[in-house]
This record gives sequence, structure tokens and C-alpha cells, in this order.
Amino acid sequence: MQRHFDKDIEDIKDLLLRMGAMVEDSIAQSIRALIERDTRLAEEVIARDDEIDRMELAIDKLTIELIAKMQPAASDLRFVATIMKITPELERIGDLAQDVCERVIELNREPQLKPVSQLPQLAESAQRMVREALDSLVNGDADLARSVIQQDDVADALTEDSFRALLTYMLENPRNISPAIRLTFVGKYFERMADGATNICEMVVYLVEGKMIKHAGSENR
Amino acid sequence: MTAITMQSTRPSRSEDPAMSDAIPAKIHVQDFDFYYGEAKTLHGISLDIPERQVTALIGPSGCGKSTFLRSINRMNDIIPDAHGEGVIEIDGRNIYSGGVDAVELRRRVGMVFQKSNPFPKSIYDNVAYGVRIGGKKNKKELDEIVEKSLRRAALWDEAKDRLHQSALAMSGGQQQRLCIARALAVDPEILLMDEPASALDPIATSKIEELIYELKENYTIVIVTHNMQQAARVSDRTAFFMLGKLVEYGETKTIFMNPKQKMTEDYVTGRFG
Repeated sequence: MQRHFDKDIEDIKDLLLRMGAMVEDSIAQSIRALIERDTRLAEEVIARDDEIDRMELAIDKLTIELIAKMQPAASDLRFVATIMKITPELERIGDLAQDVCERVIELNREPQLKPVSQLPQLAESAQRMVREALDSLVNGDADLARSVIQQDDVADALTEDSFRALLTYMLENPRNISPAIRLTFVGKYFERMADGATNICEMVVYLVEGKMIKHAGSENR
Repeated sequence: MTAITMQSTRPSRSEDPAMSDAIPAKIHVQDFDFYYGEAKTLHGISLDIPERQVTALIGPSGCGKSTFLRSINRMNDIIPDAHGEGVIEIDGRNIYSGGVDAVELRRRVGMVFQKSNPFPKSIYDNVAYGVRIGGKKNKKELDEIVEKSLRRAALWDEAKDRLHQSALAMSGGQQQRLCIARALAVDPEILLMDEPASALDPIATSKIEELIYELKENYTIVIVTHNMQQAARVSDRTAFFMLGKLVEYGETKTIFMNPKQKMTEDYVTGRFG
């Protein structure tokens, strides 16, 4: 039976997916700005973060209204709880893409450092995890969500590897310290994006299965 | 409508996490059927209702929840051609076996109905009614019982200065609490409530719900309600009935957050139809 508030739920889903698409795009553009040393592109990403923030507020408003009006239960309740946890994660991931772009602008004022091969790999890994996290949400796919969660270890390892490479550059030449520190931050931002994707996926498992796997340890996931 | 193809719905105590902790079952129901004439309206109901907890019975109209509720104190006995089969035990004794006095049973298992039904008597006489029938006539004793019952029903402060005025002059919410006081006066162990707040405004409803919460300290309460939020607010366990069968029974939080059966999910989310 179709319920009148199913439309409200669809509206929230629609808004969340549009927000997700914008965040994904911001990640992609931040990676491009980093690799191509494109200051203008970085500024564009920073400028549109406000739009992502507005979408977060709009989703919050609709979700709170939904709770007040329909007092959701069972899968509706889990949906609302999931949206309320996922939306700030997405907004935070958008902020991290903005942070990458701020470091890109600073990096572009300095001489270019030798490439660190792990960093683009890490960036792509984070981007893929966010994309798949959103796919798992759209399709209610707990298996995909679990596979994204497992990828987090790879992202952590790449972060560690890129930091070691950057440390080597700093030891080689003190002039490298400033850009290498900025790139260390960039690595950390991508690693945090991967963490955000993991958090989203934990909520997708909750949404689909009613099982809270956060902090559960790998054997209970 | 999808056919219900459920096997036995009552998990054994060891499988049921909420029943495995030390709360003893006050009411044990096993394979209970109920018939109105030829028509079978309850099909193999099995569940344990824990002592001093609130158990909510939910389900669409005609699902059998009220019939089941009334089976617990044999109120259905008064309906011609109606009979139950199977086991309903209270404290281990089958109330449908011979030798059980239905009047004594109903003293132990009190009932509150949807519409408050005070007698056209004073507040005092309403509360004292069952006690007097039971043979107690001593005024001091009656005074004490009336006060205690009204206090337990959270009505004493509102009623103490008008005890000898007509109960019918009270508001709907007060009348319902008076009926609860009347039920409590005969010192029952179990309280059955059939939509006790459905005719009340939100403030009176809230008072009844608070009262239910307080009463469970001393009584085992079984409540039928059509109000999902009320079931979620007041009960520890919830049983979902559909077409005379028990579809799902478990901790209230599980039923409202993560029910196991799709039919329960559809019902609590209002997708039913």
C-alpha cells in the first residue's frame, strides 16, 4: 500500500543522492586539481561547498519533519536513523575535498615535489569507496557495503606508505618539508574520506539488516 | 491477502533472549484455539507472558487480539456457543481445566475496557463494589482499600474530597482511572486492558500510560491497543496478531525497530493493505 509519506521518504532519498553526487564530483575534481596543479579548479570546488552544506540542512529539516509527523517504525525508523547518520558523513567528506583543494592552492605557490605514487592510488581508492558506499545505499546492498568496509585497510596502508615516502623527501632536503607536510595532510584527508565511506557502509548494513556492526570487531561484522 | 504460513511462532525460552533472563512467565499459553460456534477465530496461539511486565497485543481489527485477551479471564464464557481449546495456565494452572471458578479467576485477573463503565454510584461505592461482594463489610477496612486503590490508580488527589459524589460526574479520563481503581480494589495479580485510552484525549491518555508504567511494578499487564506508538511507549513485549494467528512475539523494541516477519514490518509501518 502506498502511504502519503512515502513521497517524503523519496524526496529525502532524492536529495541525499544529489548531495552524494555533488560530493563525489568534488572528490573527483579535487584529485584532478591536485594532479594537474589547477588552482582555478580547486577554487571552484571550494566555492560550491556551500551548496553541499545547504543540502545537508535541507535533508535535516525534512528528516526531522518526518519524525514529527509520522513517528516512523521498523524499516522506516532505520531509514531515518541511517539518513541522520549518513548526511553529516557526506558533508564531512565534502569538507575534506575542500581541504584538499585548499592545500592544492598552497602547494601551487611552491616548487613541485617529486610525485608520490601512493597518493593518487589513495585518492582513487577513497573516491571508489565513497562511490560504492553510495551505490550500496541506493541499492540496499549490504554485501557491497561490507566489501567497501574491507577496503578501508587498503586505504590506511596507502596513507602510511605515502607518509613514509614524503618523510624520505623531507629527510633528503629541508626545502621539501613545506610541500611534503601539505601533501601529508592531503593523504590524511583522503584517508578520512575512506573512513567516512566506511561509516556510511556500516549504516547501510544497519538499514538493510537491522544489525549495528560499528565497533563490532571483524568477527561480528 | 497473503496466506499466513507460520509454524509455531513461540520460540522456546532458550531461543528467546527476552525470556531467558530470569523473568518468570505469569501466563503460559500453549496451542490455544478459540471458536465462535463453528468458526475458528484463534489458531494455535502459544506464548509466555512474563510476570510484572506489560505485554501489548497489536493487530488489525478482527485479528483475534481482543478474543485472546478475553480468553485470559474467561470473559468469553458468557458468549453462547463460544469455546476455547488448548492451554492457558496462570501460575502453572490451566484456567480451562475443570474445577477453576471463573468468578475467582476474574478476581485474580482484572479487566479494564475501552469505554469506561463506572456504576451509577458514588466514587467510593464504585471502588468498594467488588470488595463488598467478596464479603468485606468493615468500614475501616473498606476505607483503607478505597484509598489504596484510588492512590494506585493515581486518582486519590482528584477524588478524595468528592468520594461520595456520583462517579458519572467525573471526566472520561478520571472515569477510566476509577475503573482501574475498581479493578485494583479486589487485589488482582493480572490486569487486562482492552484499548483503555482509545476514547481519551492526549492528556488523559498520557496519565493512563504513566499509570500502566507504575502498575507493572505490582501487576502483570496485558493491553490491547490500536495505537502503535502507545504499544511502543508502554509495553515491554509485543505480540502481533493477524487473522487469528500469532505472527510475531518479542521484545517491543525489536518489534518496532527490526521485526523478523514481513507482515509485522508492513503492519507497524502502516504499509498494510
